[in-house]
This record gives sequence, structure tokens and C-alpha cells, in this order.
Amino acid sequence: MSVFPATAAAKAADRRAARAAGTGPAGRDQRTAYLFVAPLGLGFALFYFWPMIQTFYFSFTEFGPFGGHTWVGGDNYARVVKDVTVWQALGNTVLYCGIGLTALPLALVVASLLNRRGLRAVPLYRALYFVPFVTLPVAVGLVWNWLYNGDFGLLNEVLGWFGVDRRYWVSDPSTAVFAIGAVMVWSTTGYYLILFMAGIKGIPQDYYEAAELDGAGAVRRFFTITLPLLSPTIFFASVICMIQSLQVFDLIYIMMGEKNPAVGDTQSVVGLFYKWAFMENAQGAAAALAFLLMLLIAALTYLQFRLQKRWVHYG
Amino acid sequence: MGDSTARGGTFFPARTGDPAPGGPPQRTRRPRPRPGSVATHLVLSLGALVMIFPFCWQLLTALKSLAEVSRVPPTFLPEDWKWSSFDEVFTALPFREMLTNSAINTVGRTAGQLVFCSLAAYAFARMRFKGRDLLFGLFLSVLMVPSSLLVLPQYDIIQSFGLLNSAPALFLPGMFSAFGTFLLRQAFLTLPRELEEAARIDGAGSFRIFWSVMLPLIRPALAALAVITAMAAWNDLLWPLIVNTDPEAMPISAGLTSLEGQYETNYPVMMAGSLIASLPMLLVYVFLQRHFVQSVASSGVKS
Repeated sequence: MSVFPATAAAKAADRRAARAAGTGPAGRDQRTAYLFVAPLGLGFALFYFWPMIQTFYFSFTEFGPFGGHTWVGGDNYARVVKDVTVWQALGNTVLYCGIGLTALPLALVVASLLNRRGLRAVPLYRALYFVPFVTLPVAVGLVWNWLYNGDFGLLNEVLGWFGVDRRYWVSDPSTAVFAIGAVMVWSTTGYYLILFMAGIKGIPQDYYEAAELDGAGAVRRFFTITLPLLSPTIFFASVICMIQSLQVFDLIYIMMGEKNPAVGDTQSVVGLFYKWAFMENAQGAAAALAFLLMLLIAALTYLQFRLQKRWVHYG
Repeated sequence: MGDSTARGGTFFPARTGDPAPGGPPQRTRRPRPRPGSVATHLVLSLGALVMIFPFCWQLLTALKSLAEVSRVPPTFLPEDWKWSSFDEVFTALPFREMLTNSAINTVGRTAGQLVFCSLAAYAFARMRFKGRDLLFGLFLSVLMVPSSLLVLPQYDIIQSFGLLNSAPALFLPGMFSAFGTFLLRQAFLTLPRELEEAARIDGAGSFRIFWSVMLPLIRPALAALAVITAMAAWNDLLWPLIVNTDPEAMPISAGLTSLEGQYETNYPVMMAGSLIASLPMLLVYVFLQRHFVQSVASSGVKS
């Protein structure tokens, strides 16, 4: 696969090794290689490749009340496409994705602030910003639910000082998605921050100094140096962010519970998949949904790779 | 379109602005605090406060009484510091078993990935065999498939092994990782060929070379993988919710969700529980911070 440039390096190394040995690979070496790969290969076959095939098969079947799968053709796909809750979940998921992406500019601003020459306590800031990302998502959800609590929550109290009315943030359908999305942004900003800081380190300091000598201010330097030279990292981060947001489940599951009136308004595609597969025993439809989401992620990733030519600089 | 400059590898927008030679010596001067650095610190600390404050509030709430947390307006510091919520968590749920399950899950997945991925990665990076590139491509295809979407058949497999509600159910599928294999293969590729050749001349076999020569040299990559895997394992929710529905067999992440069901409004107990549950990973983070940062930076290698 040409996507992975290192393969070429591996091949060159092989040729060198073969030349040094004076022969091609001996049968015994081949066997050793297969022995090295076998444990992982077996695990993949059992837990990934076989399930992929099965998911695909399940999506054309219905799971009977007494076990066993009966072939139903494209019925599940028809159900998925027609079901309103699917489109609602998809809409929510796209919204989470959009909200989640705001973590990138935030992280970028913090990363460039931390890049100021001679700034102290940089490692401390970095460490603190990363803590939410390390924390158990279930715990994060519980803490934020408490902060968002409509009756006794701290957020209402603090906003009250500024004259904002009390709200039930996570059970009000008009705010629930944003309340959850804000927590996503809060917990992922630190991850992108570290990614961007590593990227910025790769930009020669000379560029900044030269630009400064030419009289470019901080904002100008950000837009003409940091942003274009960091674009490969930003691109990678946006792909990751999209893939992660499309699969979001934990936070919503924990923050919404089951009785919340806004469940439908916040449900993600994976959440709906879980509900169908393990609570409503609609495994066939769930498999069809899973398969479609897989295709969607693949298509969007492909699209992003196509679009990157327009804005990503590879130095 | 005509964007070939960007792909050619020589295009650098700032090239024309390179400083004239003779500038560099200035750079050795000590950086002195610059104007505006106070404002920078102010913005950065405000951000840090937003990141950290929820955890402070979590602790403060855990130490208050139920009556105190349902007061409007809320008190900031607890009136009297009450630690009993932490005890209550352990009686409300089999919290000790849950913590143990989480630990087993974390160790199992991490150990599995380190062993299986490093073996395969070594073969992919350093050995020649028929179908290698095809197999590697196939393995990488696992990366493209969201793992949450394979849980239906995976559940069936675990069930057919009779492993539902057991510790191995938690970590079995997670012991195999395409990302880990990719990461370690990249690390092996950077090592010089001569090392293996020298070891081979000394009479070492393939496994010996792998184990005592090559593996120690990719320690940073192994540490990065271990940290990523451990974090994912400790924090995982969907899979444990599915395979281990028995409270005694649940890891702490799934256990907390049932605490939410039982203690719907008892926020001191929930905060105490969530604090205990996130503490182990936070402690690991405090002590191995360097590796966490390294692991995120190396996840960027993928691009």
C-alpha cells in the first residue's frame, strides 16, 4: 500500500539483507516469521475479521426469539433508512462532530500561547490541560452532570450572577446536545494541545525571529507561519476528531441515563446501535446500522484526504 | 490542481524570509520576561482553572453531607469534612471487586498487546516472508473499523467460550491491536540492520535477537503503547457493559453507571465513587507523564 511510505524502506532493507546473506529467504526463516505473526493473526481472525464478516451477514438476517438467524434480505437496511430515529441520531452525531471540532482552534490558541519564547511553567500548563483527557469518561460525565444539575448545580449559580436564568441543561432538549458537546471539547482539548505542541516544536524558531525582525506581530506570525506549517498536524487532528466524534457513546450514555426526556435529542448512532442490539433485541437492524456507519466513516475519511490537497502544506 | 509545489518536498512558504547568516549568535542571550507575558499567564491560568476546577468541585462535593449539597445557594467549602461517602461507596457496590476487575482488564490488555503486537511488528519490519505486505495491509484494515461496531459477533464468541461475566471476557478482544502493531513496526524500522547481523554472527537465533537485542531498543515505543492501551482499557465502557452484566464481574467504569442508577440524587456518594474510580489512572499519569505526552505525540506519527 502506497499510503505507508515505510514499506519502501522495509523492502530496501530486505534487499540489502538478502544480498548480504547471498540467498533469498530460507524456508526456516519464513517459518519463523509466520510464528512471530501467528498469535496476532489468530487473534485478529477470531475477534476482528470473523466478526466483520458476521456483522455483514447479520445485517441481512433477523434474530429469532428462540435464537437462530433467518434471512430477510435488505429489510434491515430499508428499516434503517426509513427510521426517523436513525436520521435524528445521525443529525446529533454530526452536531457532536461539529461541536467537537471546536476543540482544535482552542488547542491551537493555547499551543501558540505556550510557544511564546521564555514563557515559564509550560510543562505545568501542559500537564494540567491534559488531565481531563486522562480521566475516566464515566467519572467525567458524573461530575459534569452535577455541575449542570438544574436544582443545585454550580453552573446555574455562577450564571445567575450574570443574570442568566436557571436551566435543566441536560434534560432540556434544546441545550442537552450542547451541554454534552461542551464536555467533549473540555475533555479533548488537552489531547490536541499536546499534538499541536509537538508539531510547533518542529517549526524552526528562525522563522519566527525573522518574521519578528520584519515587524510581524504575534497574530500575523500565527497566521503566516504557525498555521500553514502546522497544517499536516491540524489535518491529522481533524481526521481523528471526526472519527472519534462519530463513535461517541460513553459520555452520552452516562450523562443522559434512560429516563431523561431528552434521550432522543441527544442519542448518537453508536448509542442507537447499543439500544437496538442489546436492549431491543433488534440485532439485524443494529448490524445494518453498524455497517452503514462504517461506510460513512470510511467515506468521510476518504473525502478529508481528498480535500487536504487544498489546504495542507507538506514542507 | 496546480498544487504540485506542496507535494514536491521543497516548497516552504517562509524560505524567502530566512534570516541572514550572522544573526544566530544573538540567540544565546538569556530570554528575559517580555511585555505581555503577564497577560499570557492570565489567559493560560484561566484555561487551566476551567480544566481542573470540576475535579476540585468533585472532591468538595464528596466531602459534604447530602443535606448540604441540596442547599441553594451552594456552599463552597464543606461545613464539616465528612469522609463517610467514601465508605458508603464500598458498601453500596462490590467496589473492591470492580477495582480489581478494572486492574485485571488493564494489565491483561496491555500485556497482550505488548507481546502480540511486538512479535508481529518485528516480523513485519525485519523479516521476509511470502504475503507479508498483503497481510500487513489486511491487519491495518482493522484500524479503519470502529471497534464498537463489532461487539455483536464478539459477544457471541465470548458467549460460546462460556466466558460471559468473567475477567478474560473483559480483555480478550482488546489484546490484539492494529494500531499497536503499526506503532511498534515503525519503531523497529528505525533500528540499524547491523545490530541483527552482528547478533546472528554471534550465533543468536531469531527469537533471541528479537528478545534481547531489538526489544530493549524500542523501549520508548513500548512505553507509549503501554500507556495508550492501559488508558483505553481502564476507561472502556461499551464492551464491559455488554459482556459482564454481573456487578461482581464489572470493571469500575460499568460499575459507576449502576451507582448512578441506584443513587440518583446522592451526589456526595457519586462524586466519591467517581473520584476513586478515576484516581488510579490519574496517579499513573502523574508518575508517567512523560510517556503519556510521548504517546500522544507518537500517535501523530500516523499522519
